[in-house]
Amino acid sequence: MFAFIVRRIGQAVLVMLVISLVGFSIKNRIGDPVRDVVGERVTPAERAALRQKLGLNDPFLVQYVRFVENALKGDLGLSFFYKKPALKVIISKAPATLELVFVTALILIVVSLPIGVFTAIRPRNWFSRFTMAFSTLGVSIPVFLTAILLIYVFAVTLNWLPSYGRGLTVDIGGWQSGLLTLDGLKHLILPSISLASIMLPLFIRLIRAEMMEILETEYIKFAWAKGLRRSRIWFLHAFKNTLLPVITVFGVQIGIMFAFTILTETVFQWQGMGFMFLEAVERSDTSLLVAYLVVVGVIFVVVNTLVDIIYGLVNPTVRVAGRK
Amino acid sequence: MHHLLEVQDLEVKFALRFGELTAINGVGFTLERGERMGLVGESGAGKSVTGFAIINLISKPGYISRGRVLFEGRALNQLSHEAMRDIRGNRISMIFQDPMMTLNPVLTVGTQMVETLLAHRRISRQAAAKIALDKLRMVQIPSPEKRLTQYPHEFSGGMRQRIVIAIALVTDPALIIADEPTTALDVTIQAEIMELLLELCQAQKTGLVLITHDLAVVSQVTEKLAVMYAGSIVEKGATDVIVNDPAHPYTQGLIRALPGIITPGSRLHQIPGVMPSLTSIPPGCPFHPRCPFCAAVCRTTPPHLAPVDSRQVACHMVATQNGRLEPTGIVETWQPDTRMTATGKAVETHGR
Ligand SMILES: Nc1ncnc2c1ncn2[C@@H]1O[C@H](COP(=O)(O)OP(=O)(O)OP(=O)(O)O)[C@@H](O)[C@H]1O
Ligand SMILES: [Mg+2]
Repeated sequence: MFAFIVRRIGQAVLVMLVISLVGFSIKNRIGDPVRDVVGERVTPAERAALRQKLGLNDPFLVQYVRFVENALKGDLGLSFFYKKPALKVIISKAPATLELVFVTALILIVVSLPIGVFTAIRPRNWFSRFTMAFSTLGVSIPVFLTAILLIYVFAVTLNWLPSYGRGLTVDIGGWQSGLLTLDGLKHLILPSISLASIMLPLFIRLIRAEMMEILETEYIKFAWAKGLRRSRIWFLHAFKNTLLPVITVFGVQIGIMFAFTILTETVFQWQGMGFMFLEAVERSDTSLLVAYLVVVGVIFVVVNTLVDIIYGLVNPTVRVAGRK
Repeated sequence: MHHLLEVQDLEVKFALRFGELTAINGVGFTLERGERMGLVGESGAGKSVTGFAIINLISKPGYISRGRVLFEGRALNQLSHEAMRDIRGNRISMIFQDPMMTLNPVLTVGTQMVETLLAHRRISRQAAAKIALDKLRMVQIPSPEKRLTQYPHEFSGGMRQRIVIAIALVTDPALIIADEPTTALDVTIQAEIMELLLELCQAQKTGLVLITHDLAVVSQVTEKLAVMYAGSIVEKGATDVIVNDPAHPYTQGLIRALPGIITPGSRLHQIPGVMPSLTSIPPGCPFHPRCPFCAAVCRTTPPHLAPVDSRQVACHMVATQNGRLEPTGIVETWQPDTRMTATGKAVETHGR
């Protein structure tokens, strides 16, 4: 297990290096660090002097190494708009996005697992047929349409739920949390449902397909021949094997979900990293964009590493491979 | 006193999209306590389906369409789900072909043994673990305490089949159905596992239905033998009688195909042709297109099992010629040119 974790972390570092290289190339080509530091009203002579002083005339590789060194120290450059370190800006926005993704992931798990399993063991049931038909439809509805529909029904027409912002938040050591107040939770409902709706059909279908395949295997047949109760066959023997591929896909999809937060946060005026990202694009705040890229990359890699470790815990084959 | 197992006129059908397929057609046999029976025949003859039909576990869309399976006098195919569940793995155990696929990869060997006991007995987990340990010792697994906590992939194929046998025996069943238990194993290990299974069945007075292609194994292990062809039993009786003096032309072909019996260097004997698929079983005797003794009646009327000497044979020629078969020489090559109808009967189709 230990060797497995070490190997996994090695891969994670590699991925991060690639992300940082892409991020740095963007910054190097289209960014303007001079502007980030002193603004736009400076004479060309002063700019040239500053460029030299900031090391912007150094070779690409030298600059890249400096970028990585700084990044490791937590310095991802200055945000031109906020006049603050880009990382600081992102950290102040991160809780909103992380909580949104967390609640969305929770919804995904809680909804897709039981439905996926049910439709696998009762494929002819009316509910299964309905779900399958509906999930085909669900795959083809774009997220902003779902979001607008939800807002129209639950916020505008019924007036049950708020349609924008995070509501009341509580400060826990610098982390602005909306999970601890009723108002905050209410504000989370519509955005997280919209975000979850993108991946829900995919997950239900994945879990169903995996589970159905497992139910056909020899070892499940053997479990029946052993006279086990069906609850044990379904929810232990088949389910545990179903989980393995699902965990892997889940890890990847969580990462992809960050991309979708950009849309969702914009529709719901959710003050998170995604919303900030779009604003940064409008303001050509390059340092902030690159910092966003790097931070999301880190989150993506961390989540995937965690998921892989969980996979290793569920799958005995991996565990032993690591032990050796 | 009841028979241990009595299968009566068993018919199994598969409800397929294009109609019903009869996989088992009127199979019947009996087995006494502690008795071992071989079930042999070519691939697709219906051996596995028969095995699964006994514990009422035919995979969808198959079902028992006729007949009864009596186990200790109880009709298994008429029991409730719960009553049937409590017989499976408890009174009747199964051993599958491929030990690499039979064990659940994410559960420890101990879990998979203990759960079988807990599904049928009101005992504590500790008590169950103790029984499991005993059985692992019985199948000669070294350091069983350690092995209980390991996962299937930590065992070799032969070891896994030992574990499967231990699982099958963990509840001290009255009957074991072993479906080609050694086919997937190394040749060197096959004999070892077969020997073990035989010893354990003898020691525990466990009945055994041994499904196999291997007539050599059958003659070493079993007392009774049933030969299946295209869903029916064509010959059944005492193993030594049939193996030493096969009556049915198909059985004769099988025995002559055994490599051990012919002189080294000569060509392996083969039964000409292939077994028809179930969708195109020829009319009359299903074996007639491959039979060197085929006569007119064989092409029109299906034969029934009838006593010949001390065994039963389903063959017109054996019945009429009193066991002395004279080749008629009309081995036509029969072409499957029939399709299934909705009623499941094969009919000739005209044109292509
Ligand atoms: N799930 C199924 N669906 C449809 N037909 C089936 C199914 N299972 C078995 N059959 C039919 O039953 C026939 C007998 O199959 P069975 O598995 O009993 O053969 P077998 O004698 O065990 O052969 P083998 O030696 O290859 O294991 C097959 O030829 C097939 O046509
Ligand atoms: Mg078979």
